[in-house]
Amino acid sequence: MITEKTERLIMETFFYLATTLIYILIIVIPLMLCVAYLTLAERKIIGYMQVRIGPNRVNLSLLPLIRNLRGFGQPIADAVKLMFKEIVIPSNADRFLFVIAPILAIGPALAAWAVIPFADGWVLSDINVGLLYILAMTSIGVYGVIIAGWASNSKYAFLGALRSAAQIVSYEIAMGFALVGVLMAASSLNLGEIVSAQDGSVLHWFWLPLLPLFLVYFISGVAETNRAPFDVVEGESEIVGFHVEYSGMLFAVFFLAEYANMILISALATIMFLGGWLSPFQGIPLLETLFAWVPGLFWFVAKVAFCLFFFLWFRATFPRYRYDQIMRLGWKVFIPITLVWIVVLGLFILMKLPPWFA
Amino acid sequence: MKNGIANYIKSLFLWELIKGLRLTGRYLFDKKITVQYPDEETPQSHRFRGRHALRRYPNGEERCIACKLCEAVCPALAITIEAAPREDGTRRTTRYEIDLTKCIFCGFCEESCPVDSIVETRIFEYHGEQRGDLLMTKEKLLAEGDKVEQQLAADRAYDACYR
Repeated sequence: MITEKTERLIMETFFYLATTLIYILIIVIPLMLCVAYLTLAERKIIGYMQVRIGPNRVNLSLLPLIRNLRGFGQPIADAVKLMFKEIVIPSNADRFLFVIAPILAIGPALAAWAVIPFADGWVLSDINVGLLYILAMTSIGVYGVIIAGWASNSKYAFLGALRSAAQIVSYEIAMGFALVGVLMAASSLNLGEIVSAQDGSVLHWFWLPLLPLFLVYFISGVAETNRAPFDVVEGESEIVGFHVEYSGMLFAVFFLAEYANMILISALATIMFLGGWLSPFQGIPLLETLFAWVPGLFWFVAKVAFCLFFFLWFRATFPRYRYDQIMRLGWKVFIPITLVWIVVLGLFILMKLPPWFA
Repeated sequence: MKNGIANYIKSLFLWELIKGLRLTGRYLFDKKITVQYPDEETPQSHRFRGRHALRRYPNGEERCIACKLCEAVCPALAITIEAAPREDGTRRTTRYEIDLTKCIFCGFCEESCPVDSIVETRIFEYHGEQRGDLLMTKEKLLAEGDKVEQQLAADRAYDACYR
């Protein structure tokens, strides 16, 4: 017997699930598009820095506005190519783990977006332990790497997996300490409140009092996503990584995860150090009113793009680190810097240093 | 010691990394040097060393006198020449072959030729579809020369004052 009350409860639950699913799609679909076009931006920007012009052959000639943007169809062409490539599964591989590994890599990278506030109140799940959730999600990503190396049943993939797992885990410590600084400064784990704590002006944002932590966080983020100059994972010319045995779409999913993680790291850097959705013209008399109509989402996206540009700029500039240097940097430089700055930050807070901690 | 501390501070503030970033940042706005090859082409020198050709005199007589200097000088041994007197008593080649798969396009054959017969044209876009396509026989070389004689003559006239 279903009473009217339980019926209503079921309907409400169903409605809640349906709306949540729609919200997830609203977040994930633009995110995947951003990932696709980040690859194009990367190739274009690095090309420009190397005095080339990058991909310019594939146009989206059916779409009226962007018809003449040369190279704008490149990500789609790449995706189609990868989808039609054969997925080779090595005969001695653990088939189940082999297939599940790339999913484990991309799953957390997307799941972490649940707590990211895109603008004031625009967040899928406004939880109070947002920062902790982010740390947990970015940590799970390393399992994809380890499982991929293990399931391939190849000694090269296995060693590569150990190498990149060690790198990711090491930098997570420095990154975690950098986040502790943010937590102290904002006295909240809720990402929305962290942004609100930076309200005021560009000088109120946490990048200034936490500058060493900001740099450590960003560089750790580069190492964490296995990007150049810490990309020993895919240093194709000198060494093989955990994904040697992967091909086609399974291989592409690892790269989607890498790029999604890049965007995630940039979004977090924006939220924690660059004032999230807050306008950079806040507190400047004339400009503030002039730009008051611009939605917070725009500033958020602009700041994320700014951070992403640095990822690409680094890749075009720096030569690859040697593995022992990567480890030295992580353990012997970043962790001491963060620890020292956390103490300094504690003093700042005790002194109620204006304008941040007054 | 003082230097050591200065270096330490420099590396702590990522000084050299910032210098590197500035360099690549400047190149971002530099003029791009890419040449869209099939649509655009880079300018060619009139001394360009492409596929070979044998030239003729303006009256139609082939220049080659079978002196075999090119065969002797060829470092890749790509040239094969057989010679015999023609009916009118002049010395001519009966066989003149250049194996393009051996040729290194050094241009020595052209340099050594006393009568400007064997030359290298500006043609560099060619391919072979079956065995033998890249073996230039005497007929092929002469036909090639007839086709691009105007360009060859103009290039040699332009370059004459430097020789």
